[in-house]
Amino acid sequence: MNRVFGLVGRYMILMARVFSRPEKARIYVRRTLFEMQGLGVNSIGLTFIISIFIGAVTSLQMFTYLRGAGAIIPPHLIAFATREVLVLEFSSTVVALILAGKVGSSIASEIGTMRITEQIDALEVMGVNSAGYLILPKLIATVIFFPMLAVISIVVGVFGGYAVSIFVGLMPADIYIEGLRYHFDVFSVSYSLIKMSIFAFLITSVSAFYGYYAKDNSLEVGRASTQAVVVSSVLVLVFDLILTQLLLL
Amino acid sequence: MIHIDKLVKQFDGQDILRGVDATFEQGKTNLIIGQSGSGKTVLLKCIVGLHPIDGGAIYYDEVCFSSLDNSSRRGMRRDMGMIFQGGALFDSQTVEENVKFPLDLFSSQSEAEKRERVQFCLNRVNLNGAGRLYPSEISGGMIKRAAIARAIVLNPKYLFCDEPNSGLDPKTSVVIDGLIAEITAEYNMTTIINTHDMNSVRRIGDTIIFIYQGNKLWQGTKEEIGRSDNRELNDYIFAAEVK
Repeated sequence: MNRVFGLVGRYMILMARVFSRPEKARIYVRRTLFEMQGLGVNSIGLTFIISIFIGAVTSLQMFTYLRGAGAIIPPHLIAFATREVLVLEFSSTVVALILAGKVGSSIASEIGTMRITEQIDALEVMGVNSAGYLILPKLIATVIFFPMLAVISIVVGVFGGYAVSIFVGLMPADIYIEGLRYHFDVFSVSYSLIKMSIFAFLITSVSAFYGYYAKDNSLEVGRASTQAVVVSSVLVLVFDLILTQLLLL
Repeated sequence: MIHIDKLVKQFDGQDILRGVDATFEQGKTNLIIGQSGSGKTVLLKCIVGLHPIDGGAIYYDEVCFSSLDNSSRRGMRRDMGMIFQGGALFDSQTVEENVKFPLDLFSSQSEAEKRERVQFCLNRVNLNGAGRLYPSEISGGMIKRAAIARAIVLNPKYLFCDEPNSGLDPKTSVVIDGLIAEITAEYNMTTIINTHDMNSVRRIGDTIIFIYQGNKLWQGTKEEIGRSDNRELNDYIFAAEVK
């Protein structure tokens, strides 16, 4: 228990340093744009591929199981259910878990390698707040960009469901679109985007924390990277539950 | 000038530095020597403030650096340049960008002035053709020279070098030693160098302190080191010669 409190304390101290006044705002803006490219834009492809297939598979499963169970349901509800699954859970939580693996390990290993090769010490000796310089631009970049990835995931996933429905002949296009429009609540999209912003903060800050305190050698950097992915994934699931309770109920 | 007074450093309750006193003079290359694990890297990192100290004091000229708060220390660090054992250049930046980095953060010069200063520093360390290359594309000796250029770009008053010749061939070591000594004299800096290279000691050791098991056992010059009657120092020199 003491170890957990110790970790939380160190995390809080690091975050206080991350949010202290930057040396030169212009440099931070430039770095934030650079990180958006590295952590956000470079994740679009992965998000696209996963979402299109999950959207298609969800539509097929809805059709097979709802019809197979003998339920008499109008076909447009299959599109409705696909949309709800994507908006409420898949495009935020599942995409966040996937990004925790890709982006989280990349952040932890990048900062961890900088630690063991004394690049962080070099920043400190120059008088740079290394925590702020290295972590703040990544945090801003992901908190802004991850919700955009959620939107891309929703759109692409819905299109995947649409495409499979038309090609396999589950239902005509107009019925699918009717289902997409059925009982649409804008708040469910806001809920998804709020969740994704918070997940982005958790994934980035936790991964940066493990990287920043990596020590000694490359084995430790690998270990820090694994811990970053595991801890941020668990936190995503825990906060998914908490946020759902807070925002939806 | 840098003065350390009864410096104590512990890790996990174990003494690493046991009340080290020393004075490092301005305009001279001050060497810290000692075998691996003797505490010389810890001493250097304590002096630059990378490790908090457990006792004693560190003075930069008249200022007690060890009693300053973080923001005052950060201000003073702009007068320091440091060359790390592996160079510690930023992998994601070219040599030119690495050297320009402190100027981007701490100077109000125009882009043209910064470029001119970077070019001057790269020329000074004979790296004029390598500005556009990344650290992974240059040799160990070039990395050290780029690190020297980055360390001097803000005209520091204090220069710290941790094992500047480690991993370098003897010929390149001569070049790096010569460069550090020349720059020290040229800018009248207080330079502290950690080394276990006896050739460096003989070439550039204006003042030398010998650290053994966390204690300072001897202090003198390159001329005096051969006449020392300190047993541990003589053993160390003998082992270095045999190697």
